[in-house]
Amino acid sequence: MEEKEIGCARPTGALVGEPEPAPEEKAGPAKKEVQGMTVMVGRKAPDFEAPVYHKGKFGSVKLSDSLGKWVVLCFYPGDFTFV
Amino acid sequence: MSAVADKYPVFQELGVDVYSVSVDSQFVHKIWNDNELSKMVEGGVPFPMISDAGGNLGKVYGVYDEKAGVDLRGRFIIDPDGVIQGMEVLTPPVGRNVEETIRQIKAFQLVRETKGKEVTPSGWQPGKTTLKPGPDLVGNVWKFWKPRDNK
Repeated sequence: MEEKEIGCARPTGALVGEPEPAPEEKAGPAKKEVQGMTVMVGRKAPDFEAPVYHKGKFGSVKLSDSLGKWVVLCFYPGDFTFV
Repeated sequence: MSAVADKYPVFQELGVDVYSVSVDSQFVHKIWNDNELSKMVEGGVPFPMISDAGGNLGKVYGVYDEKAGVDLRGRFIIDPDGVIQGMEVLTPPVGRNVEETIRQIKAFQLVRETKGKEVTPSGWQPGKTTLKPGPDLVGNVWKFWKPRDNK
């Protein structure tokens, strides 16, 4: 994990290697960045960089930093939920 | 998430990096860990807790519920080449079976180690019969494996 200074702005994660959509595309209904990124078994996992909390520190992780290792990525609905 | 944290030593033994992801901020992750999860698992959550504000990652992984504004219970097993080998998505009220995730990782690791020369039949557990695909196996699986062999 890369440790990062934390400010008041809430950091967000982003895909890695995807160009920033042009302003006119942002206004359009279709999200071009998502096209061709079908998540399927047997296909590459989309790479991303995202902010994390890890053992008392704030930082960021990049999925591709785990290349060479197995990864379990667990999404869940929210902190303080019951299951 | 405490169930995954509890099994973290097993994931480590298997050489697995674990990441949890929800739409909550890093700050909320900290408070949830400090105030609740650390009371359920000694030492708290040992792996990075990703903040997916806006569901950016969840959308790409197909687990973001636009209506609810949350990431559903999606679990992905990714191999050392960055290829997704397994995925499972549950609606929020039912929790995962972490043991099953571990079983699947062990099975995928065996297949990878043998370069696909051995494959694992349904319900396979470490030490149990594997199958060696080839012309001789066609129509002959029954000679090597039956569903009851797992019991």
